[in-house]
Amino acid sequence: MSALLGADVAHLSWNLVDDVRQLLQHQFMVNALRAGAVVAVLAGAIGWFMVLRREAFAGHTLALVGFPGAAGAVWLGVSANLGYYAFCVTAALVIAAASTGRGRARGEESAAIGTVQAFALACGFLFATLYAGLLTETNALLFGSFLGITSAQVVTLAVVAAVALAALTALARPLLFASVDADVAQARGLPVRLVSALFLVVLGVAVAEASQITGSLLVFALLVAPPAAAQRLTSRPGRGIVLSVVLAVAVTWLGLGIGYFSSYPIGFWITTFAFGVYVLAHAASRLGVRTC
Amino acid sequence: MTADAAVTIRGAAVRVGHRTIWSGVDLEIARGDLVAVLGPNGVGKSTLLKVLLGVVPVAAGTVRVLGRPPGDARDEIGYLPQRRSFDPGLRIRGVDVVRLGVDGDRWGIPLPRTRRDRAVRRRVAELVDLVGAGDYADRPIGDCSGGEQQRLLIAQALARDPALLLLDEPLDSLDLANQAGVAALVERICREQGVTVVIVAHDVNPIVGALDHVVYLAGGGARCGRPEDVITSDTLTRLYGSPIEVLHASDGRLVVVGEPEVATYHPDLHRVAGHPHP
Repeated sequence: MSALLGADVAHLSWNLVDDVRQLLQHQFMVNALRAGAVVAVLAGAIGWFMVLRREAFAGHTLALVGFPGAAGAVWLGVSANLGYYAFCVTAALVIAAASTGRGRARGEESAAIGTVQAFALACGFLFATLYAGLLTETNALLFGSFLGITSAQVVTLAVVAAVALAALTALARPLLFASVDADVAQARGLPVRLVSALFLVVLGVAVAEASQITGSLLVFALLVAPPAAAQRLTSRPGRGIVLSVVLAVAVTWLGLGIGYFSSYPIGFWITTFAFGVYVLAHAASRLGVRTC
Repeated sequence: MTADAAVTIRGAAVRVGHRTIWSGVDLEIARGDLVAVLGPNGVGKSTLLKVLLGVVPVAAGTVRVLGRPPGDARDEIGYLPQRRSFDPGLRIRGVDVVRLGVDGDRWGIPLPRTRRDRAVRRRVAELVDLVGAGDYADRPIGDCSGGEQQRLLIAQALARDPALLLLDEPLDSLDLANQAGVAALVERICREQGVTVVIVAHDVNPIVGALDHVVYLAGGGARCGRPEDVITSDTLTRLYGSPIEVLHASDGRLVVVGEPEVATYHPDLHRVAGHPHP
């Protein structure tokens, strides 16, 4: 990935202002930071609900289903992004149809979801093999392509993210109710199954967006680690979501920044920072530190 | 009196698939009463509450709740489902859970510092005070003890000043001191707030002194009346159709001997409404 950057271009110095100025000289870097921020905001907010609902496994499956979607799209000669959206949202609908919307029966579903996951990965492998241009493309689909994002792509990402966040905002309170206390929510007349299904669709969109930047396998750096860290640090829903978004944007920008000056891949850096944030949050909550 | 009753059930039966859970049930609960639903495991006590909520339909007979068909009175019912406890890892505060009872079914997000938000916060604080949960309401609910969780959930169920409170085994899995504390809280709420309370209990002892009436479900039918008339060897023997003995322990506790256990039935796992499994 950093092959794009001639090794002579980037010089990390002790002057942080100068470093940032160096970064922002390049349009591809500016676009990467913008796209990264859009995806991080979306993943941080939706991931908070995903972690609360213990649906990380469903999210993981959506991410892996995105891979054959993108690989198939590339093979057919259409945009990989289209493949991500189509496959992730379809998979979200299938999971929603198969689930009861309640946590209790999820144990039985996990075997079915796992089987579908394996098949999806195998399909992605097949599509990638059929597509002659093979290795670099597969690598990007699995581990992300952070650079080379056009301004038009940033706009598309922002529009889709805005729609998904608007949907999440509308759903937020009934979704929290259904997640914490499905029986009471249902007794109150809330359409618990519908709310759960709509959330999975929004999650599918978020996964498809994030996959375009982070690849199918590193989606969780943004979708799980920052929300899980935020939930360790605060048990207030509002603050938790804001903190999750801030952490997601921070690890993304930090990863892009360090990645620019380093010869290691950006995906590695973002994931490492996300991992670090999670470990620190865990240690802090063990030590009894609460942001409250 | 019927028009004024909180709950009236006439000749009701509930079937799940081909299995009849109970039938021929007649029941009247007066407004302001504290009534316990008793009986062995799997006899359909929780199902009775779900019938009152309108979540499970009756196969025969009529049911009126607060003068309306079940389901229509939903806004005036507070409900506490049966559960063991919240997941210890659940990172949501007790006050947030109580607040869900107040405005959790509204779409969108609450805007901070608005008049409505302040009114909701005041109501949540009142409810927390009412159940005496002030010391732990700001802690994550997963960190609270079983008794603390039950108090917070009762506060949640009371959020909208319900006329009828349905509590499914709120004393289950609590230690003796907490059983007595929660039972006293339920009695106080019933008397002070004038709320009709229907409480499902596996063991009647912690609450028997506070009850106006009991409904005893057994052998596919029901018997209701005053506790001292229903919880007797004669009445229960007739209800079960097999010999039952009610013993009075020296500390005043009632012990029912000889109850046959019924195969456990979980409506949640069998999706009663719409998709009956045989």
